[in-house]
Amino acid sequence: MTGGRLSRRSALGLIGAAGAVGVTGGFAAGAARDDDAEPQESVVPFHGKHQSGITTRVQQHLYFASFDMTSTATREDLKSLLADWTDAAARLTQGREVTTEGATGGGPYKPPDDTGEALGLEPNALTITFGFGPTLFAADRFGLEKKRPKELVELPSFAFELLEDRFSGGDLCIQACADDPQVAVHAIRNLSRIAFGRAQVRWTQLGYGRTSTTSKSQSTPRNLFGFKDGTANVFSNDDSDLATWVWADGSDQPWLAGGSFLVARKIQMLIESWDRVRLEEQEAIVGRDKGRGAPLSGGSEFTEPDFDVVSTAARGPAIPMDSHVRLAHPTQNGGARMLRRGYNYVEGNNDLGQLNAGLFFLAFVRSPEQFVGVQRSLAKDSLNEYIRHIGSAIFAVPGGIRAGESIGSGLF
Amino acid sequence: MNRRSRSTVLAVALAGTLALSACVKNSESSDDAIKVTSTADGCEVSAAKADSGTITFDVTNEGDKVTEFYLLDSDKLRIIGEVENIAPGTSRGLTVQAQPGDYFTECKPGMVGDGVGNAKFTVSGDDLAVDEDEQKAIDAAVASYTAYTKDQVAELVTNVDDFVAAYTSGDDDTARRLFPITRINYERIEPTAEQFGDLDPKIDYRKPGAEAENLPFTGFHRIEMDLWLDEAKTNYPDEKLSALDDTGRKELGEQLVTDIKALYDKVHSADFVLTIGDITNGSIGLLDEVAAPDGKLPGEEDEFSHTDLYDFYANVEGAKVAYDSVREIAAGKGAEGKQLVGDLDRQFAAMFALLETHGDYEQGFVSYDTVRQPQRNELGAQLNALSEPLSQLTHTVLGVSKS
Repeated sequence: MTGGRLSRRSALGLIGAAGAVGVTGGFAAGAARDDDAEPQESVVPFHGKHQSGITTRVQQHLYFASFDMTSTATREDLKSLLADWTDAAARLTQGREVTTEGATGGGPYKPPDDTGEALGLEPNALTITFGFGPTLFAADRFGLEKKRPKELVELPSFAFELLEDRFSGGDLCIQACADDPQVAVHAIRNLSRIAFGRAQVRWTQLGYGRTSTTSKSQSTPRNLFGFKDGTANVFSNDDSDLATWVWADGSDQPWLAGGSFLVARKIQMLIESWDRVRLEEQEAIVGRDKGRGAPLSGGSEFTEPDFDVVSTAARGPAIPMDSHVRLAHPTQNGGARMLRRGYNYVEGNNDLGQLNAGLFFLAFVRSPEQFVGVQRSLAKDSLNEYIRHIGSAIFAVPGGIRAGESIGSGLF
Repeated sequence: MNRRSRSTVLAVALAGTLALSACVKNSESSDDAIKVTSTADGCEVSAAKADSGTITFDVTNEGDKVTEFYLLDSDKLRIIGEVENIAPGTSRGLTVQAQPGDYFTECKPGMVGDGVGNAKFTVSGDDLAVDEDEQKAIDAAVASYTAYTKDQVAELVTNVDDFVAAYTSGDDDTARRLFPITRINYERIEPTAEQFGDLDPKIDYRKPGAEAENLPFTGFHRIEMDLWLDEAKTNYPDEKLSALDDTGRKELGEQLVTDIKALYDKVHSADFVLTIGDITNGSIGLLDEVAAPDGKLPGEEDEFSHTDLYDFYANVEGAKVAYDSVREIAAGKGAEGKQLVGDLDRQFAAMFALLETHGDYEQGFVSYDTVRQPQRNELGAQLNALSEPLSQLTHTVLGVSKS
């Protein structure tokens, strides 16, 4: 299948009259405001030096999909799939239907090209971000062995993992983020459909409620344990931090220049157990004050933790040695930082009546070692009693493109 | 075993073999006609080859039952032309416009069950110009597919007789062996059979479906449950399930035979009319049967016997026959049509090839409970790859003007 339904020409980034939605407001970075005062860009540009959906203001909703190429897919199939996906993503992120015929213009005798559930919805800042898993570069598959970034290998095993295949791995991934869940789901659904015959969904993850922020202008959200999460994130306005910790320079693989690595971890939270933990202990486990988000060494949310402060009440370090904040902090990990874009998830209850819920952790890093090092440090984390990592995947995220170019074309 | 059940649909060599305007002429006989003699167990054809163009068969029934004569495509499934209801001692003619290619001839004394005297028939010479009149092509497609449906139900009648006979006589080994084979004819034409809303529930409902609609649980799957009782007890541990006695088996068997006969009467009645849309939509409908949550892909169709792969293969065969019926029409719809036909030829071939890695009708397919999730995912991925272009077929056949 060649995906001939998509017109290459239609993806040149021109906003058609019907789909024209202006970019509203400038984005004055730096000034701290709460969410209500923040400009809600309705269209995030798809083209640029980096893919959108990384430093983009974190949207409210996520639908993430991991794909495997089909067993019969060829190198040409992969190439055409990426081209078709690029065309469709450029249209969708502008709030347009997936083809010009769309949901209603194709005549009565065929299934519509666009599935239609996003008709009438604004673009809602939809971003679509693509990544490539290590298995895509395996020998005897698509002739990409020499294009594999040397750091793109499966993550090692860590303590407190209960990984399941059904939430792990994949040849390709698509992260769709939007301020409306239907818009994100519509994007993945239509991109999955375009892939039939070439790639098949391996697993997906729906996320609601961002658990991190990429700028101080957004308030820091809370995770399902009720704590502020992402306070120490790499922020989108700090070019120096981004260059150090997020963007790949392409010295290993030129096609990765301006790209990054994406680590995805599905982290189940043992909600009922956590909810029975007394406040004092919750705060000791996390290392922060639950209400304000300040480190237990004192100050306010954005005060740097002081790990040397001793507390008489705690009869030792104010921020306990086995607390999450201490073990995860850059100063304890050779300075390593990550740009996190995690989301909460709730998927009903299990057979025992317990909540199936947790954190879908997403982090963009210049090198997977940043994640591996921190995760190893967390082996002693007292939080481990209340979480289990049940899914895991890693992807190389290629750099951004100009209009008319195709995502990942540097692979071929 | 049913001969036609064993045959494999060839996914190649179909281009240019469509015969247009098959029509039946009464007692027309000419010196050029190929003589066919149908007897109780034979089907003698006076020539095994002919030049492309108009070919007339003059069929004489020398047997003691009403008979039929067929010209079949190289897949031995699709019917190029047929003449029915030839009474003993009479003769009738069949005229077809045949393209070069390999075909088969056969007769069917008694008009049910397998045909007899199956023989190769070769047409050579130049390709015929495709008929400019699209309506004629559509009529021919409908005639061909309607005949196919009737033929499948006719075979089903005798196959069900054999299956039920084994079951009611207590020959469980034979009944278990025949169960998936017998269902092949039904699965090939499932959307058509399902048009008859009163019959399909009796013939092919699964246990949860029957119970949900408060219907007595009968038909293939009720017999399946009795034949694979241990598996049924595992699947429904809360229920007291016990083997049926002779009377119970007899009632169940007779019911199925009666219902299949009723299906035969319906598809052979004058009221039975299919449209071109029924055919193209039926084609995708067959694949939906595979992918449904209670279908073959998740292994819910044959939850006791785990013979889902037979049904899966038969559904795809049925979809392929429906597609082949309209293939030339679709191919005539400009670049869009050519692209679609190219995609579908390739995806059908890939689907069959993948299924055949798990077995075939003759050697048997592996038990579906031994097919692990990665292999099921692979089948699912190929099914999607085939279903997407197939869902465009109705539009291309009916909605795109010829260019």
